[in-house]
Amino acid sequence: MFEGWDAEVLARAQFAFTMSFHIVFPAFSIGLASYLAVLEALWLWTGREVFINLFNYWLKIFAVAFGMGVVSGIVMSYQFGTNWAAYADKTGPVVGPLMAYEVLTAFFLEAGFLGVMLFGLQRVGPRLHFIATLMVAIGTLISAFWILSANSWMQTPAGYAINADGQFVAADWLKVIFNPSFPYRLVHMVLAAYLTTALVVGAVGAFHLLRDAHLPGPRVMFSMAMWMATLVAPIQILAGDQHGLNTLEHQPAKVMAMEGHFTSHPDGAPLILFGLPDQAAGEMKYSIQIPKASSLVLKHSLDAPLAGLDTVPRENWPPVPTIFWSFRIMVGIGFLILGLGILSLYARWKDKLYQSRWLHLYALAMGPAGFIAVLAGWFTTEVGRQPFTVYGLLRTADSVSPLAAPAVGSSLLAFVIVYFIVYAAGLTYLFRLMASPPHHGEQGPSAKAPAHAVGITSAIGVTAEGSSR
Amino acid sequence: MSVSIDIATIWAFIIAFAVFVYVVMDGFDLGLGILFPLFPAKGDRDVVMNSVAPVWDGNETWLVLGGGGLMAAFPLAYAVLMPALYTPIIAMLVGLIFRGVAFEFRWRTLSEKNRWDIAFAGGSLLATLAQGIALGAILQGVHVEARHYAGGWWDWLTPFSILTGLALVVGYALLGSTWLVLKTEGELRDKAYHLSWWLLFAMLGAIGAVSIATPFLNIQYAQRWFAWPNIIFTAPVPIAVAGVTVLLLSSLANKQDHRPFFLSLALFALSYAGLGISMWPYIVPQSITIWQAASPPNSQLFMLVGVAVLIPLILGYTSWAYWVFRGKVRPGSGYH
Repeated sequence: MFEGWDAEVLARAQFAFTMSFHIVFPAFSIGLASYLAVLEALWLWTGREVFINLFNYWLKIFAVAFGMGVVSGIVMSYQFGTNWAAYADKTGPVVGPLMAYEVLTAFFLEAGFLGVMLFGLQRVGPRLHFIATLMVAIGTLISAFWILSANSWMQTPAGYAINADGQFVAADWLKVIFNPSFPYRLVHMVLAAYLTTALVVGAVGAFHLLRDAHLPGPRVMFSMAMWMATLVAPIQILAGDQHGLNTLEHQPAKVMAMEGHFTSHPDGAPLILFGLPDQAAGEMKYSIQIPKASSLVLKHSLDAPLAGLDTVPRENWPPVPTIFWSFRIMVGIGFLILGLGILSLYARWKDKLYQSRWLHLYALAMGPAGFIAVLAGWFTTEVGRQPFTVYGLLRTADSVSPLAAPAVGSSLLAFVIVYFIVYAAGLTYLFRLMASPPHHGEQGPSAKAPAHAVGITSAIGVTAEGSSR
Repeated sequence: MSVSIDIATIWAFIIAFAVFVYVVMDGFDLGLGILFPLFPAKGDRDVVMNSVAPVWDGNETWLVLGGGGLMAAFPLAYAVLMPALYTPIIAMLVGLIFRGVAFEFRWRTLSEKNRWDIAFAGGSLLATLAQGIALGAILQGVHVEARHYAGGWWDWLTPFSILTGLALVVGYALLGSTWLVLKTEGELRDKAYHLSWWLLFAMLGAIGAVSIATPFLNIQYAQRWFAWPNIIFTAPVPIAVAGVTVLLLSSLANKQDHRPFFLSLALFALSYAGLGISMWPYIVPQSITIWQAASPPNSQLFMLVGVAVLIPLILGYTSWAYWVFRGKVRPGSGYH
């Protein structure tokens, strides 16, 4: 099997597959951990039962999602060696320490306090328990810091030298960590994680409000999620714009692919809304475009010249169609989120936030949109880095292990089968948890009974103080 | 160059420490998975699972530190060993996925609970076997040319690596059974005592078999252990194994719940020291030393600062988490 296949293509497919399945879980758990910390803080502050019910409700969902994120993450940390050994050897001295710091400062913090967060409320009391929740939430953010620093260094390498063995070595660690694209990427990704979580929380809230607009839990979570969409979506669009300008400065070829600019425009480049990019011919077919608008967005001037891919050697072209389309999907969803935020603000003003069926249907449909936008965004930036692993310095073709196609192909097949089994089951359980609304006296993951029998245990009850069962 | 030599040595010990902590901590919870089929009663399984549910995730993080740390501190070794161990590593990852998600999934379903019990047991067994095979494959040496792995895709599979694979299964199972002695009561604990007896003898057999087979792999291993004057330093290892075994037997006979687990850990520590004696100073036996594989001093120094500050902190809050969930796990009133 897999004889005659290209090992490099299979290795890339394996990375893309395992990464795509992995990334949605950290994106969700970064947002959800912060949301849980907010819920618990509100419960401690106000003593209102609805907050601890919501906390326990989302904690069960967090536990399942976090577990799936952990196991798919272990796969990532070994894949650099199995399939990308040459990359690991050459960049290990620079990228390795950043990832080691992620493990030391983030993974241990999350894992160390997760057990107490999930199962320890009765054992340590509300205050210490809140600290545990806070530590998990902070851990997810520290994790984002380091892994995005490592990723950004591959996009915009800085502060490095190259030694006699051909390895990248750090000349200045601060320049390595705070490389040019890192601050933009970090802000853009963390906001994306928050929005993604808000959309899920909002969709679950909307789902239950559609059936009963008086449920206290769904009302609170829907309102909180809509505030997030209203306030953060505009900031995210601004952050994305700044990130794009940064990319234009450091990775112009990626922006050319995003914009679909095969040719240079010396006096004002058009904004291509849609079209069919033809990589082989090097041209955009059937394009619908707004004249000079791209120059306005990217250069803030109608007549500013913008170079196209015709200024870049062919062998350095990234795959344009993938980037062109994934970028449009991401931006499109961004504006849909903005629309949801504005509509919800209007409904709130009209005092119809919990009654508007159209708003609830819109929010329900947007439930998975954050994940799609995150994936589309990552496809844009990662495929846009091709054909390099370290932009401009190390080619993808020179990064792979001395691989045999059957080995990579078989492991890819194994991961595909395993992930489909595990993720199908995991998603089923997540949907099952989300399908019932938070109850009075909602139990945490410590509840003995499985989720679909949760009604039986709700009579046991946890008081607002969380001290008796 | 003396600075870089010192840091490389320190890092060799740090990586060895991380791997050992991993073996100690995930060893017993993988061992519980291996023993799972021997506890068919649902109530027993819930207790077994609950005894590690709050801590398993932290245990597994040490594996990520071992892998990530190896890439950062000894990138050449990471780049050579991972392709050499391709199949065992993939098998280990697949096993860890199944057992990891089972911790949460089995509480989320009634109809499919059995399926996730099988996933937990099978995944644990597969991951352990793969780790043991990987260990054997490293010990027997891998073929390296010009900073690349140059061997075949099946080089890892030999009678020796199968032996080390089985040995690790027995060893983790012993850690698991003595952990249950520590954490459970009543019939479940009695059963764990019973299992510990058998597993201890199996473990001793495994240690003996691997110890006898290792010197035949390579003349340098034999010289390391048996040549004068090395034997002055190596002889205490088997003597200490004998001593710990006597203590372990007596603690099992006298039903001292707290001791067997820690004495089993001592057996692991001694076996691990034995491995270290065999391998030193190679990180890829007989082809790459720790100095050849080391990252530049500034990379290792940069991380050393973090390790010096953070590892004590990590050990501190991890111990706290274990302390929170201390004591015997009782059926029905566990954390789940």
